[in-house]
This record gives sequence, C-alpha cells and structure tokens, in this order.
Amino acid sequence: MTAPATHLTDHDTGTTPFDERVAAVHSAAYRIRHHALNMGEVQGQGYVGQALGAADMLAAVYGDQLRFRAEDPHWEARDRFLLSTGHYAIGHYAALAEAGIVPVEELETYGSDDSRLPMSGMSTYTPGMEISGGSLGHGLTIAVGMALGLRYQGSSARVFNFLSDGELDEGSTWEAAMGAHHHQLGNLTAMVDINALQADGKTDTVLRTEPVTEKWESFGWYTQRVDGNDVGALLAAFDNAAAQAAAVGRPSVILCDTKVGRGVPLLENREKAHFMRIEEDEWQTCREQLTAGYEGKSA
Amino acid sequence: MSTTSTTTEAPGTTTAVKPKLKTSAMIASFADPGQKTAPAPFGHALVKAAQENEKIVGLTADLGKYTDMHIFAKAFPARFFQMGMAEQLLFGAAAGLAETGLVPFASTYSVFAARRAYDFLCLDAAEPNLNVNIVGGLPGLTTGYGPSHQATEDMAIFRGMPNLTIVDPCDSIDIEQAVPQLAASEGPTYLRLLRGNVPTVLDEYDYTFELGKAKVLRGGNDVVFISSGLMTMRALQAAKALAAHNVDVAVVHTPTIKPFDAETVLAEINTDRLAVTLENHSVVGGLFETVASAVVTAGVGKRVVPVALPDQFLDAGALPTLHDRYGLATDRIVAKVLAELG
Repeated sequence: MTAPATHLTDHDTGTTPFDERVAAVHSAAYRIRHHALNMGEVQGQGYVGQALGAADMLAAVYGDQLRFRAEDPHWEARDRFLLSTGHYAIGHYAALAEAGIVPVEELETYGSDDSRLPMSGMSTYTPGMEISGGSLGHGLTIAVGMALGLRYQGSSARVFNFLSDGELDEGSTWEAAMGAHHHQLGNLTAMVDINALQADGKTDTVLRTEPVTEKWESFGWYTQRVDGNDVGALLAAFDNAAAQAAAVGRPSVILCDTKVGRGVPLLENREKAHFMRIEEDEWQTCREQLTAGYEGKSA
Repeated sequence: MSTTSTTTEAPGTTTAVKPKLKTSAMIASFADPGQKTAPAPFGHALVKAAQENEKIVGLTADLGKYTDMHIFAKAFPARFFQMGMAEQLLFGAAAGLAETGLVPFASTYSVFAARRAYDFLCLDAAEPNLNVNIVGGLPGLTTGYGPSHQATEDMAIFRGMPNLTIVDPCDSIDIEQAVPQLAASEGPTYLRLLRGNVPTVLDEYDYTFELGKAKVLRGGNDVVFISSGLMTMRALQAAKALAAHNVDVAVVHTPTIKPFDAETVLAEINTDRLAVTLENHSVVGGLFETVASAVVTAGVGKRVVPVALPDQFLDAGALPTLHDRYGLATDRIVAKVLAELG
C-alpha cells in the first residue's frame, strides 16, 4: 500500500522557479473563477463578485502554500486554511475542487438542499472546510488557538486565516491580533481581502478601517500590502513572510487590495454590490470574457 | 438599593461605638462560619486530571487567580495560555485548541462567558461539538458586586445552546469528581464554578457525581426538594431544620442541568409530597423551568414551588444579607416550606 500523496509546496522544496510558480497559480486562479461562474449560474445569483476578486488569493494559498492530502482532508500534519468570511464559500469550494478535495462535478450542488456545499461555509458539511465562518470576526480567534495548539504539540503545520476588510470592524479580530503577537505565533498568517466593500456599501462609508497597514503594524504583525490580484506579488509576500517573520515568531498579515468581479470586465464595471445580480443570459458572456482575458485577448 | 439598612448610626450621634458594616468584600462567604471547606477544588482537580490526560490545557481571560486556574498554571506552565481580558479570543482560541485535538478548560466569570462570548461558544465550540470546557466563576448570586458580576441568568442563556452540557455543582466533592468527567465527555461543557475555600458537604452522604445523573441524597415523606448547585447545601440544611418542625423532607440533587435526568426527578416529583425546586439562579430559565418542562411534557399534573432568585437585577452588598433578602438563606427556605404546608 502506498502512502497518500501529500501536496508539497515550494514551502517544502524550495526548488520550483518563481515564474513557474506564478504560472501555475495564475492558471489555477482561472479555473477557480470558471468554477465560481458555473456555481453562480446554478443559483442565478450569489457571491460571485467576491469569489472572482479573491480567486488569486485562494489559488496562491491552495496552489503554492498549503500542505495537504486531497484524499485525507483531516490529515494531522496538514496546514490549516480557515475561511472566516463564510459567504466566500463559493470561492473556497472552487479552490477545494481545484485542490482535488471536492469533486468538480459536485460544485453544481452549491447552495442546494442536502448539498455538502452550503451558501455559507460550515466545517460540519464540507471536507477541507476547517471552521464554520459566517459570524464575522471569529476566524482569527480560532486561528490563534489552532496555532497555539499545533505549536504546543510540536507540529510544523501552519495556519492561514482568510478574512475580509469588513471583519476589521469586529473587535474580536483585534483581540486575536493582540493575542497572536503576544504568543509569538510565527506559524500564523492572516490574509485580508480588501475589496473596500461590505454589506451596506463602501467600507469607507460604513466604518472607516484605514489606515489598515499601520493598524496591523502597530499590533506587532509582519505586515505587507499588495495588489491581491497580482499573483507574483502574492507569492513574493508569502516568501517574505516565511523568511522574515515565521522564524522569529512573528505573525504575518498580507493585506490584499482586490477588485470585486476581477477577470470579468462585465462585472468589474458593474455597480459594486455585496450581493451581485447577474442576468440569466449574461453567464455565458462572463465565461467568454474570463477566458479571453486569461488567454490574453480582449473580449 | 438597600431597603433594610440597620447598621449605620443616626446623624449627630457622637458617643455610640460605630458598628462594623457588612461589606461586599465578603465575596466567598456563602460558606457558613466554621464549615468544612476545601481550597480551590477546581484548580487541584484540573491538575490531577491533567496528570492523567496530557491533552488537557488551561486558559483564562485575565482571571486565573480568581477562577482557581492559577493552580493549574503553576503546575503546568507550558500547558497554560493567558489570553488577556479578551473573552471572544478566549473562547475562539479554546475552540481552535480543541480543533487540534487538545482538551481546553477556559475560565472567566460566568457573566462574561454567557453574555459576552456567547456567539463564539455557540458557533465555534458547540456547533462543531468540540470538547471545550467553559469554567464560569461567580454563578448566580455568589458575589455582592451587583449585576455586572452576578450571573443570575447564565443557565437561562446557556440552556438554549445545542450540544452544551451544563453542570451546577454543590460543593468541593462535586467539583473534584466532575472535572475528569467533563474532560472525558465529548462536546462542550459549562461548569458553574465555586472557587476559593469551597464547602465540603456531600461526603456525609452516600454520593458520587455522575455526569447526567440526579441523585436522591435523603428520603422524606412530606416534602421533596429538587436542587442544584450550592442550593443543595441549603436544601440539606433546611431539611434538617424542618425535621424539628416534624416535616420530613427528601432532597434530590441534580448537578447536571443539561442533559437533565428527568426520569429520576419525575419519579420523585410524581407523589403526594410538596415539590420545591431550589436554585442559585433566576426563576426564569433555570432549574425550576427545567423541572416544570419535564413535568408538563410527561403529563404530570403537579404544582412545583420555586426557590430561586427574582427576575430582576439584584442589589450589591454582603452575600449573607443578599441571600436572606432574595430567599436563598436556609431560614427563608424553612419559612417558605412551612407557609406552603399551612
């Protein structure tokens, strides 16, 4: 009997040329976006805009960073990815399919009765879903406990928490930010999707969170702010965090400015909304625009 | 507001000796003077359990010394995590620790666990049914600091949380025996902590704590007390006092509030005896309503008399004063039973 295959990453091997890593993540992000559009079409609506915006972040973490075994989602030595923003589940499911943890065919059940893929992500439903997000501001607190627990047990597994800029409104996020720094959790990385949009409108009109970079720096985190739709910048940020912060017991945050609807001009230019409405006859156009953009052609 | 202050001198009196005031600093004084007690039974029980189970870890939100968690922290410094005065982090992190296979005991005051961190306990610990053990200090009326510290409705809040086991121990024996069982049980638990020098009461009875079980501590023909927490101590005292009035009282101790041992309790209640519930909690949502629900569900036509805290924010003051004021004192229980019996 052969041991289950472990998804090794450059974190382990350090041998893959940077441009090859970028190319691999870039193509994974394209497939994640494609999956998300297909899932949105089944529902007729959904958080497609967020999934498209965050696809590069999700592709980078699953394609380039996480150690996991697709056929054994509870493998003890796995790196943990915690989706705090439960409504981003559509993007996460697409990433889990890309990672081979969830079958691609199952994605069409998204949000349906008795599906393992509910609209808001839940650990009890979906393989590879570590926590039940959705009540915002929880993910980073759980991540602190996981990072403490893994370190205490001598594990080299790392914890990644994906959160949104809207979650920076929640006081618990900052309780956890203090806790991670106090306990010197170098095995913890937070990824903040800054799409400048939340349920009631633009972030700067709902509750101003800027200056975000200075906030995280002042909480003691190794802080980088990048274009979250630039795969090369994302991977360089992960590399920097590993080299500069992890070894000295400093938690890392990668602040990712992203664009809602990224990769599909029709949606990038539509009025931004938390819950984006897409007409029945527009889905095919969206897919064509996505593919044209990926292949370097203008739609 | 105090309504019965008799301890201050009249203005203008210069010759009288100033009487000693009763103060709210008597925080652990629900024990009777001279009563047998055990120091920090929770802390010592957790250390003992941790010696046998290496998965047990402890954490607190800046209240280690006040929840007897400091005993564990001193014994196992590497297994203790101070989370600061941040209760949302405390319980989110406890869930995260449990996700990695550890068995966390997380302590704070009951008011903060129940009121402030409910969402985190509910979604991060209870929904995934993790072995997160909540340790809540100052349950019910065990402090004179007023509503900011008095968790008079903690069970009412927590009873609605699916998967959560709720334990309301009577004394040091209950706590010592409960801790390893809480650690061994799957899913989240809530322990209503009695801290400091905790009375030792149940060693005088043929009793062992069993999670999920009610126990008949003594039989009696006229009245049956159904009690939990420190009110079982008062129930036993009241039963002895009522014997002097030729009233024969049975006492049934129900330290596990959820899941509730309705079978044992209903068998005791469904008799001709006067049935009285006694709890260190609001009359809303605690033991009385748990028993009432079991009685109605079973179709038993039976009146049940509650001894419980009133549905109001309580006064600050010294505990003996407050226990007397709100009917938890032994004398008040005796008087209530005699009045009920006419």
